[in-house]
Amino acid sequence: MTTEKRPQILVTGAAGTLAQQVINQLRDTCDLVAVDFREQVWLGDDIPSYCIDFNKRVFEDLFRRFHFDGVIHLGRIMSSQETRLSRYNANVLGTQKLLDLSHKYNVQRVIILSTFHVYGAVPYNPAMIDEAAPLKAAGLTMDLVDSVELENLANIYLWRYPHLNITILRPCNIVGPGVRNAMSTLLSSERAPVLAGFSPMMQFIHIDDMADALVLAYRRNHKGIYNVAPSDWVAYQKALDLCGCKRVPILSIPPIVPRTLLRLLNLRRFPPYLMDFFKYPVIIDGRAFAREFGFQPKRSLDEIFHYYLENKHPV
Amino acid sequence: MSLAEFLKRRLVSKELDEEIDQIGKPIGSLGYDPWGYNNETLKIGYAVTREIYEKYFRVEVDGIDKIPAEGPVLIIANHSGQLPIDGLLIGFALASRENRPRIPRAMIERFFPTVPYLGNLLNQFGGVLGDPVNCAKMLANGEAIIVFPEGVRGSGKLYRDRYQLKRFGNGFMHLAMEHNATVVPVGVVGCEETIPAIANIKPLARMLGLPYFPLAAPVILPAKVHICVGDPMVFDNDDIPEEQVTTRVELVKAAVGEMIKKGLNQRKRLF
Repeated sequence: MTTEKRPQILVTGAAGTLAQQVINQLRDTCDLVAVDFREQVWLGDDIPSYCIDFNKRVFEDLFRRFHFDGVIHLGRIMSSQETRLSRYNANVLGTQKLLDLSHKYNVQRVIILSTFHVYGAVPYNPAMIDEAAPLKAAGLTMDLVDSVELENLANIYLWRYPHLNITILRPCNIVGPGVRNAMSTLLSSERAPVLAGFSPMMQFIHIDDMADALVLAYRRNHKGIYNVAPSDWVAYQKALDLCGCKRVPILSIPPIVPRTLLRLLNLRRFPPYLMDFFKYPVIIDGRAFAREFGFQPKRSLDEIFHYYLENKHPV
Repeated sequence: MSLAEFLKRRLVSKELDEEIDQIGKPIGSLGYDPWGYNNETLKIGYAVTREIYEKYFRVEVDGIDKIPAEGPVLIIANHSGQLPIDGLLIGFALASRENRPRIPRAMIERFFPTVPYLGNLLNQFGGVLGDPVNCAKMLANGEAIIVFPEGVRGSGKLYRDRYQLKRFGNGFMHLAMEHNATVVPVGVVGCEETIPAIANIKPLARMLGLPYFPLAAPVILPAKVHICVGDPMVFDNDDIPEEQVTTRVELVKAAVGEMIKKGLNQRKRLF
């Protein structure tokens, strides 16, 4: 009697809540290996977990030993962390190493997590930006260069090595229990800064829905680039109200005033280079992903905001 | 109680609340759409505009029922009067008509999103950044959209150039053809007299990043406004050269000109 071989999948960024959600969804049907460059996390006896820098030679040993069928690459240093150089090394060069090894060891499916930040917040952005729109973020701030470069790199590998079946996902703001990004920290705080007179439209996706989207993306093999966002929208200041955050207005014009102020304060939850995302809307069109992958988010905005209202400082 | 709740309680009657909910818009679970339109803010705006529309500008509308009740529509009008009052009045005329009202959207100048408070407020009332991608996606949603093809050339014109149509861009015609949208020409008479400008102070406009800076009295005069709606026009989506697209645009421009003439003839006095 033969048993069907379980797919062997490498999940990066294992210390993050999103990766752990994805691991929990896949562990029954797949053999998983978890890595993170920040810390080693214990995920049970059945999942080998490593703390490895992708740029070190020992990383290749994992590919030699486990013969991965797929890679789910969630391990990115967020824009609010570390220095630009270390982010570039980890996010861009580390990803390049990962993709080279995936090619060398015949990986057949690669999912890469990007961000909607790559579109850049400019006042002339149309709403419902689709995947073909230019990535303007690199021209606006040096702090998002690594995010755009990572995408460019993934794109090159997408057409150069079609057998890797790369899918790049650009989600809107990922929020919910355990999420530690700037937006989640902001919604969970008692007081949140706002730029006086600006309340851009925003989109939020619950971390559980994002984990569902990643698992769906892995299971249904459609390579390409996809926005991931629910068809629901809310103004930033309204979202703060619904999360029970008191708004602290910052003088918004001329733009040099808030920029200088935010540089002086250097708040992790309201970083100066993301300032324009709190001023101009970046609304993405997630319908292509929903259509191709049959994705339908299950958690409403109300549910998301209710969680933050009930759990101030949850992380 | 927030300011919005306070204003809603003071200004929006239960009937109006229900009336606007009944018109229905493709919005999300919290009352917003992707372009920032908000049903609750619109109700307050509607109540305020009604006062301005009926008592200040005493608007007279002719042929508002010619605008189709459903499907993609481009309402093409002349632009005048320094501020987008004409868009507001056309929008209210359509939203308040008795027979199957619609809440139209309006394409707004590209500098508005950079203006604090006003940019967001216009978005919440249905104003949308004048970008072809926005217009295309809204037409695909079956919206009625107010477009001023003259753009700032129209709104910034001086009093001495009143009721002279400036160059119409071709963008709206391409969108109408591509999305099978009905084009409805509209002539607005009276808005030219609301803020008569005698000069444009260009250096000051450049310094402030504005498209123009009019030398005008700092008041909005209560000119009587006439809105004349023309017959709907439908254009096929044949693959035609730009020259023929321009010819079609000229046809619409002539129809808008006719409506202006009609409005001027109907007008008995300026105020």
